[in-house]
Amino acid sequence: MLSLGTGGAKSSKPSFVSYVTPEEIKLDKDLPKKEKHPDLLPGEVVFCSANPILKYTQDDLSQRGVFGTLFCTNFRVTFLSDELTLEETSKTFKNKLYGENDIPLMCVDHIYGVYDEKRKLITGSLVKNKYPSKIIIHCKDLRVFQFCLTFTKEEDTKKIFQGIAHHCLEEKSLKCIFAFSYAGTPSPEMQRKRETIMFESPEDWTQEMKRTKAKCRLVTENENFELSQRLPKYFVIPSALEDLFSYQEKGLPIWCWSHHSGCALFKASFPPMTQEEGDFQMHLDTMINAVAHNYLYSVKTEDLSESLPTILDIQQSYNKFKQFFLIDNSTEFWLSDVKWFSSLESSGWLDIIRQCLHKAVEVVECIDKDNTNVLVTEEEGTDLCCVISSLAQIMLDPYYRTLMGFQSLVQKEWVAGCHAFLDRCNHLHQKDKECHSPVFLLFLECVWQLVHQHSPAFQFSETYLTVLSDSVHVPVFSTFLFNSAHHRESVMKAESPPAQSGTLSCPTVWDWSVQFDSKAQNFFFNPLYSEKVKHEKTVRKPHKPKHQRQLSLPSSAFKTPPKKGFFKEETDSLKKMLRVKRISRWMGSPDSLVAATREFYESWQQRPLDYHGLLLPCLDGPAVHVWMQRYVRWIPEVHIQGGGSMAVMTKLMELLSQVQDLKNLLEQRDASQAAKFDHRPHRLFSFGSSGRLSSSFPFAYSRNRSFKPIIPTGLMQSLMVTDNLSSQEDEAS
Amino acid sequence: MTFLLCLSVAVEEANPVMASAPIAPYNSSPLGNSSSQNASRESLKMEPLADVAVLPGEERVIDKEIIYICPFNSAVKGKVSITNYRLYFKNTDSETPVTLNVPLGVINRVEKMGGASSRGENSYGLEITCKDMRNLRFALKQEGHSRRDIFEILFKYAFPLSHGMQLFAFLSQEKYEENGWNVYEPLEEYRRQGLPNSEWRVTFINKNYELCDTYPTILVVPYKATDEDLRRVATFRSRCRIPVLSWFHKENHAVITRCSQPLVGMSGKRNKDDERYLDVIREANGTTKLTIYDARPNVNAVANKATGGGYEGDDAYQNAELVFLDIHNIHVMRESLKKLKDIVYPNVEESHWLSSLESTHWLEHIKLVLSGAIQVADKVSSGSSVMVHCSDGWDRTAQLTSLSMLMLDSYYRTLGGFQVLLEKEWIGFGHKFASRIGHGDKNHADQDRSPIFLQFIDCVWQMTKQFPTAFEFNERLLVVILDHLYSCRFGTFLYNCESARESNNVRVKTVSLWSLINSDTSLYINPFYTPESSRVLYPVASMRHLELWVTYYIRWNPRIQHQQQSPVEQRYKELLALRDQYLKKLEELQLSDSAPSSTHLTNSSTPNAATPNQHITHLQTPF
Repeated sequence: MLSLGTGGAKSSKPSFVSYVTPEEIKLDKDLPKKEKHPDLLPGEVVFCSANPILKYTQDDLSQRGVFGTLFCTNFRVTFLSDELTLEETSKTFKNKLYGENDIPLMCVDHIYGVYDEKRKLITGSLVKNKYPSKIIIHCKDLRVFQFCLTFTKEEDTKKIFQGIAHHCLEEKSLKCIFAFSYAGTPSPEMQRKRETIMFESPEDWTQEMKRTKAKCRLVTENENFELSQRLPKYFVIPSALEDLFSYQEKGLPIWCWSHHSGCALFKASFPPMTQEEGDFQMHLDTMINAVAHNYLYSVKTEDLSESLPTILDIQQSYNKFKQFFLIDNSTEFWLSDVKWFSSLESSGWLDIIRQCLHKAVEVVECIDKDNTNVLVTEEEGTDLCCVISSLAQIMLDPYYRTLMGFQSLVQKEWVAGCHAFLDRCNHLHQKDKECHSPVFLLFLECVWQLVHQHSPAFQFSETYLTVLSDSVHVPVFSTFLFNSAHHRESVMKAESPPAQSGTLSCPTVWDWSVQFDSKAQNFFFNPLYSEKVKHEKTVRKPHKPKHQRQLSLPSSAFKTPPKKGFFKEETDSLKKMLRVKRISRWMGSPDSLVAATREFYESWQQRPLDYHGLLLPCLDGPAVHVWMQRYVRWIPEVHIQGGGSMAVMTKLMELLSQVQDLKNLLEQRDASQAAKFDHRPHRLFSFGSSGRLSSSFPFAYSRNRSFKPIIPTGLMQSLMVTDNLSSQEDEAS
Repeated sequence: MTFLLCLSVAVEEANPVMASAPIAPYNSSPLGNSSSQNASRESLKMEPLADVAVLPGEERVIDKEIIYICPFNSAVKGKVSITNYRLYFKNTDSETPVTLNVPLGVINRVEKMGGASSRGENSYGLEITCKDMRNLRFALKQEGHSRRDIFEILFKYAFPLSHGMQLFAFLSQEKYEENGWNVYEPLEEYRRQGLPNSEWRVTFINKNYELCDTYPTILVVPYKATDEDLRRVATFRSRCRIPVLSWFHKENHAVITRCSQPLVGMSGKRNKDDERYLDVIREANGTTKLTIYDARPNVNAVANKATGGGYEGDDAYQNAELVFLDIHNIHVMRESLKKLKDIVYPNVEESHWLSSLESTHWLEHIKLVLSGAIQVADKVSSGSSVMVHCSDGWDRTAQLTSLSMLMLDSYYRTLGGFQVLLEKEWIGFGHKFASRIGHGDKNHADQDRSPIFLQFIDCVWQMTKQFPTAFEFNERLLVVILDHLYSCRFGTFLYNCESARESNNVRVKTVSLWSLINSDTSLYINPFYTPESSRVLYPVASMRHLELWVTYYIRWNPRIQHQQQSPVEQRYKELLALRDQYLKKLEELQLSDSAPSSTHLTNSSTPNAATPNQHITHLQTPF
């Protein structure tokens, strides 16, 4: 039994601390043996089940358990309580696909078995031998479940344990993923989806080029993946490039975004540039030349595989980091509280986030300040290239800070851009660890830092980002299931039921109505978002006021004037530059580089903030934070009752809906006089319940919360003040 | 002229925090719109300090050409003016203004840097260490002992008490509409708590500070304890600081009492009167066991026996339960803050920020203080009376009682209530501000100095951060309090105890900080404040939630993000203004056509109906 005061660690410490010993639980034998079944999704099949299973609950720190049945289906592991659960129905932020007792198979991270008080990681070999008395499931969305199997008949235990272990941990084929069995009817509300630009048609790309006034060339020759299976179906390249077939497998600079000055951002998959093959050098020169031709013969190339952590580094760092949030019990929580900051630091995760943001700021500086074309490269061209190019675009272009813009960006850079989601997320539980890496999550983390620092600039909320990061592991959406556009298309064709002529249509994640009703979707919108004042365009003077943080900083603030010159000189200097670049790659030593971006940041910071202009993150130590909502939402010890930023948000929402009501009232009155009437449905800003919310809202709900405070344990261990100061008297006299 | 002066004061006070920050060239500097401020100052054409409004009673002592070695830019040429209150620097070398506005009270130490023969640029000058997390460096011409006069003047005026001079608070001629000395009337506060009653009485035994010279004159003690009892208990408590009531729970009648350690000593002395007295406290509301919270770590409490102190033993106090809260002493806290300063000023530690922060232990100390206060508050709200002490009962004890009171009693979370809390638990009960801060004293290495009060304010800040709607006051109030903790402009935090303040006539000769605050409260109001009278606030004392108070500790660094106003607050104010605008429009419409829909209007506006006062303030908010 765990006691709160002792401070935990004993000499012979069991790695698993039980809240309740089985003897303490009265088995209510008079329970009506009514068979309960989970509500299955269309296409969902139950593999096995076991009853009674005790699920430990951490709510209210009451350390008790609930009996029920554990099921394993082709979609999830689910626990159905014997008790009546009321809270599920009253929840305002309810996921339609899975509830708080459901774990989508793809969402399972690790399973631990408790054997004689010892916690062991379940791997293939362990499954066959012995059955644990308890299993602990760590989820990729950071939930922790604990089930006690000792009340169940042995054969049921065996079945459920093997079933769960098999379906959650064993390597499987793509076909087994639930998305291919899911037969959910496409929702009628496809409007949302349509607003997101999918970048699956030439028109989408043309539109995007038009929006950014890009002067590049759309490539349609890869429509049937004849050029390359690794390249997107449609893509855009510098207009100077011709004769694509001779370049195809050596990597092409792919256009990402154009600045209003004319310079643009490109990404490419190049092998490490140290390779000194003459043939490849020529190719490289051609490519860089083509990018330079895009605007004023200037280009900066950046090999990201050299300047940023590898995807393996990223994976290892995240594995360490997430461990700090997968907490089994209160003792463990307070023990880990002691060295909290140094633990965080030792994982290196926040530092990786900082490095990525820093690199993106460098890219932004080249584009926005120097008006130089930028080409980011790496071996695959679809990992860190995606992170950096997406981040740079968010900083540069306010459109991507709207909800639809952001979704379009993810489509453009990641989904259509051929990020290998299937391998990186390891949806198939492959043993080969080399290719797994939470690259997309890293991107979301970086975006969260921006959202956290400049909330009014974003139309979407942190809740949206959290839900999006969860959705990666919901095996229903096509968005995160494939390794490339070619992969997507070929699998979708192969898996289509032959009877129908069309291809299989899995919903995309952007069809949020699959997961949330419209009321819950309101949580995706940031009530702080300062929308652009519409009539500004007519008022705006031709010259932007100097003191505004505009997309382009006034050149007078910088020593280097924008490059202008004659054709000939530029090509010469270009050649020289290229030669230098191949050796030194970027601008100089890392130290001066940091100083340079700092100057850029500071000059930006001096100007009054324009949320619809250039946006830069502060990257000093104290400014980079842990994404608290995502990481601590399930940890009851951390919940502040009636506090946290939610308390303020609730007040803001209340006032917003009041203002909205008043506005409607006024408009109704106006409508009778004037014809102008806004028919758009107004977004309803309200959290529904006005009761006291926890800081974890809208995620973990704590029920029957008493008003007992949480008193930290093991306090003294932390402070090992070794010097003799601590033994001194307060007063000298 | 007097009128003009008053005006100028008001202008400066519109931005008291900003007033001492290095503003330029960063226009978006902490909490201030310096440009407009400067503009209004210039329009007033204030003399003698060109563009800074001097305080009534402030006099200029010296002007000097000097180079300010700004750690965030480079060396800046300009002019420094020193008055009997402040050091003011303004650059003369470029258009972007660089100014410094430093009350001399914040100066901890003045040193000469380099010698007449030192080489290198700007190697000859002065280095000033401040109490508010910054240092200032100035360089002078390396000829004719150019720094001698300024060094001497600075040394004299920064440490007036070491030179037989008066603190500026006694020279100030400031006048305010409000008299801050009236915010706290002990009897009135005890009456608010429901005292005296049949269990607790007010005693005037200390009216001439005869019982205890560091306690206030008015004390609340158990009804059943006679004055004679109190005198006998006083002999057994360190510095006669007997257990007295701090707070009374109206519903369950549990109390928080405070005192100093018992004088147990090596021999384990007992005192029947003290034991009986504690039992009387316990019996007042039928508490089964009186919980004694000893703020110190166990070992320190034991060690104190050697110097005659100690703690309440089990044998002697059978109806009491002793809990050690493991909070370290003033020296540990001082060193911790020193380490913190090292990693944030002038440069924020880059590569290992988190582990550096951890190694200062500053937040861990905050965690211990907060969790101690949580335990006290929890015990009291469950109906048990408690007693809190440390060694002398004026440092850690004050932190614990005031924080637990803040958790238990929503009154203390209002702007006025917070002032009462500080006046009562800190100023009244003799937190040794003069010794801990070292007002006007040159002895910078004094072992008695310690940031105990700052640590308390940090804890309050942590609470406001965790409960952003529960406090009527905002972060700015906390910063202003800390600024004037050092500034010596107001009498509020001067001297060690009430008796010393009385003999120095502080209430007559100086102005209270609360006069400044209460003359313009709108600056310090948290717009999200939602009164909830019966709510006990329990913050989460986990490192996951404790944050470094960046806007205070790193406020001098222009690169760390300082938003003038949090975007949430700004948006909220905009919306309030918009709502009022709509309401006004609707009212006008209704007046014009007197439609029957008026009922609907009142409905929609009731939940947070704008008071006439709000109407006026928010309509001015630019939208």
